[in-house]
Amino acid sequence: MTKRRAGWLGWLLVAVLVWLVAYPLALVLVEGVRGSAGWTLDEVRRFAGRSTEWQALWATLWLSTASVVLAGAIGVPLAFLFERVDFPGRKLLGTLVALPAVLPPLVGVVAFLFLYGETGFIGRFVQYLFGLENPPWRLAGPGAILLVHAYSMYVYFYLFCRAALSRLDGAMLEAASALGAGRWRTLVHVILPHLRPAIAGAALLTFMTSLASFSAPYIFGGGYRVMTTQIVFTRLNGDDRLAMVETAALMLLALAAMALFRRADPGGSLAGVGKGTAPSLARAGSARARAGIAAASWLLAVILLLPHLTLLLVSFVPVGTWTTEPWPPEFSPGNYAALFAEPERFRPLVNSLWMASVATAAAVGIALAAGSLVVRRRVSARRLIEGLLGLPWAVPGTVFAIALAALFSVYSPLTLRTVLVGTVWILPLAYLIRNLPITGRSVLAGFRQLDPALEEAAASLGAGRMRTLRRIVLPGLAPALVAGATLAFVTSLGDFVTSIMLYTYDTRPISLEILGSLRQGDMGVAAAYGVLLMIASAMVFALGSRGEARP
Amino acid sequence: MAFLELSGLTKNFQSQRAVDGLSLSLERGEVLALLGPSGSGKTTTLRLLAGFESPDAGTVVLDGRDMTALAPVARRFGMVFQHYALFPHLDVGANVAFGLESRGVKGAELARRVDEALTLVDLAGFERRPVANLSGGQQQRVALARALAPEPSVLLLDEPLSNLDPALRERTRRELRALVHRLGITAVVVTHEQEDAFDLGDRIALLRQGRLEQLGTADELYATPATAFVAAFIGRASEVPATILSDREARVESFTWPIRWGGPGAPVSGAPGRLLARPEGLRLADAAPSRLAGTVTGRRFTGAVAYFSVETASGLSFEIAGNPAAAREGETVGIEASGAGLHLYPAAG
Ligand SMILES: Nc1ncnc2c1ncn2[C@@H]1O[C@H](COP(=O)(O)OP(=O)(O)OP(=O)(O)O)[C@@H](O)[C@H]1O
Ligand SMILES: [Mg+2]
Repeated sequence: MTKRRAGWLGWLLVAVLVWLVAYPLALVLVEGVRGSAGWTLDEVRRFAGRSTEWQALWATLWLSTASVVLAGAIGVPLAFLFERVDFPGRKLLGTLVALPAVLPPLVGVVAFLFLYGETGFIGRFVQYLFGLENPPWRLAGPGAILLVHAYSMYVYFYLFCRAALSRLDGAMLEAASALGAGRWRTLVHVILPHLRPAIAGAALLTFMTSLASFSAPYIFGGGYRVMTTQIVFTRLNGDDRLAMVETAALMLLALAAMALFRRADPGGSLAGVGKGTAPSLARAGSARARAGIAAASWLLAVILLLPHLTLLLVSFVPVGTWTTEPWPPEFSPGNYAALFAEPERFRPLVNSLWMASVATAAAVGIALAAGSLVVRRRVSARRLIEGLLGLPWAVPGTVFAIALAALFSVYSPLTLRTVLVGTVWILPLAYLIRNLPITGRSVLAGFRQLDPALEEAAASLGAGRMRTLRRIVLPGLAPALVAGATLAFVTSLGDFVTSIMLYTYDTRPISLEILGSLRQGDMGVAAAYGVLLMIASAMVFALGSRGEARP
Repeated sequence: MAFLELSGLTKNFQSQRAVDGLSLSLERGEVLALLGPSGSGKTTTLRLLAGFESPDAGTVVLDGRDMTALAPVARRFGMVFQHYALFPHLDVGANVAFGLESRGVKGAELARRVDEALTLVDLAGFERRPVANLSGGQQQRVALARALAPEPSVLLLDEPLSNLDPALRERTRRELRALVHRLGITAVVVTHEQEDAFDLGDRIALLRQGRLEQLGTADELYATPATAFVAAFIGRASEVPATILSDREARVESFTWPIRWGGPGAPVSGAPGRLLARPEGLRLADAAPSRLAGTVTGRRFTGAVAYFSVETASGLSFEIAGNPAAAREGETVGIEASGAGLHLYPAAG
């Protein structure tokens, strides 16, 4: 390929990505200020004049901040415990502690509902124990949302900090103590600065995830609105133009948060410092202390695993058999049988599978083209391509759903708009866009690790472009490709945020069937779907950690 | 006409000129070593030959055919990469078979030729080994077998020995030379080690800042270096200022020494010059008024000969080869020029 042709292909890819990613977002900004008779700030004024909007914005902000603080307060100490202290069962427990990550957002929320909700196991047990008339509590409002966030997001802090701690050079700690620094000084001046990039990264991830969080506020929020749910309810009321302004506000909030984090931590400055010998583990002092720590860790692991177990248990409870008893009176695999036997229940599985597959395949294709053009050909548009690929990561899913609905509900070929809303293609397209950052990042990283001399060697041995791609590049990229593709696939498989706004009855995905089952009181069926999604995620996680274990 | 001919090759990276009007020609079966300091454009020249870079000017002609615009795939040049670039997910046999398969070789013929190529590099029976488990020397030989298997018209090697430890390096170099000469293949070897170039190359092209400084056999480069740069780069030499007297004499301090005039142009009597003196071109003698005097400041012992560092009162320093017992450190000695191995160049440039 000549340089010029590569350059053209680079701009072609930019055009595709602009159409997929940037154009819908721009449209959101424009639609908010465009009335039937020209430009107008009416809707913006209406937005600014409503106290509920400000309450929702404020709720989003403080919930996200509180989620970061809580998740950090749980995740960082756990990372220290499992990385720096030696006690029986450390390895196994260390893995179990990361398990909240295998629950897709909606599934996690449903599991919490079954466990801590008013008719959940704990609630029933307490009710039974004290012979109460009514359920002892309701799982609702900001507290419930925060509980779910802390549970599912401390894993970011835990995993990031563990990885950073394991890279800590033991010689550095020895040097500190040789220089007379006590434990506290070593922690403050040596270890924490080393952890800074990891903590900043986890904080950003947690903040952005909370900002975009939809499942927990939707299920537990009730009248308590955050921006994501506010947008959906405004739209349900048919107030599309106001929803557009709300969407723009959420998008700007997300981008501002992103920019702020970038400024506060411009590129993890310490992350690149070389590896050394792993520091030796601190053995917890006495045998009794060690046993104590081990017992506490086991207890913790059980608490963290309760939602998974609950989900599994409920999935075996036949519909309508569990009424007021503290413990389900009977179990059977009937719910699973129903999933596969009843066409109406089987349909969402098929839908989610094919839509996630198509979206993932397309995202991988785009990522491969981007990797080749950005890393190998170093086309002049490379920074733009990378930026566009990563943009959907910074923008909440709700924003994209609204943006796509706006873009694809009008037929106007001149402005590159076609009608897709209501067709089977809108959801795969939405998934594809949301998959771009995941596949893009892993494939680009894969290309960067692949020695360019391998491709030159293939060429010098007479292999054409296709043969080189098939025999050399793809096998070399395989680990990165598999990691990115599987993660993208399970994310799409469990997607709820974008699906709820763009699905039709014929394309309803698993998440909406879970919601539907809940509404009809089919807890067992909802749980069975959830278990399937959980297993898919767990398999991807296992695959990922196997990849990491390789040298 | 020569078998492989590069003429006027020029390559710019951004504002930097990596290769600058380079012209070279190789006869069929000849091995050319591209030698030069870091950044002199050796790798770039090789990549221009292979087709991985396209030149801003100049041509590459093979056997009368202009290859300049051909893609690497079409050139049928074999290449051994500096870090070997073995395909990590393929075993030894599949690596070697790769180029043959590109040419449509299949079945029993393929197996036979893979075996043949591996036998050539003394790795027969290694077909099913994963390449990651091989030692550095074995990997180098697999890379060589892989490049040779499709019987390329020209073999290109980029620093083929640089990743080997010193002991292995010497043996591998001998084997490589024997193999290349036995096959009679035309080859270009890039190296920044003079010893590798001397051993492997029938002729040596010495590059400096992308330009050809001198082209010749090892003996020619050593005995008649065309420029002061060549004299300093090839072999050891002490450099001191001197006054040009004629094409056979120069004055160092107040003493007249016999020299070889290196050029360029004719010597201008009385003009300042640079004298590059080989250690064996000088002799230690007793201190005497007729000789340049100096103090021995160091002695490097290598066995049969020792190299003495000698410094004069005016601050000139020389390295002089001699009998290990010829002098002791701190001793005052006389320096005598023996004639051969003293190369004189004009001072400017
Ligand atoms: N792809 C490139 N982009 C920009 N500059 C380059 C590139 N490749 C080489 N150069 C520059 O061109 C000059 C020649 O480089 P080249 O790699 O050919 O030198 P070399 O003789 O092989 O050196 P070394 O012994 O260090 O390998 C150097 O100054 C180098 O920085
Ligand atoms: Mg080089």
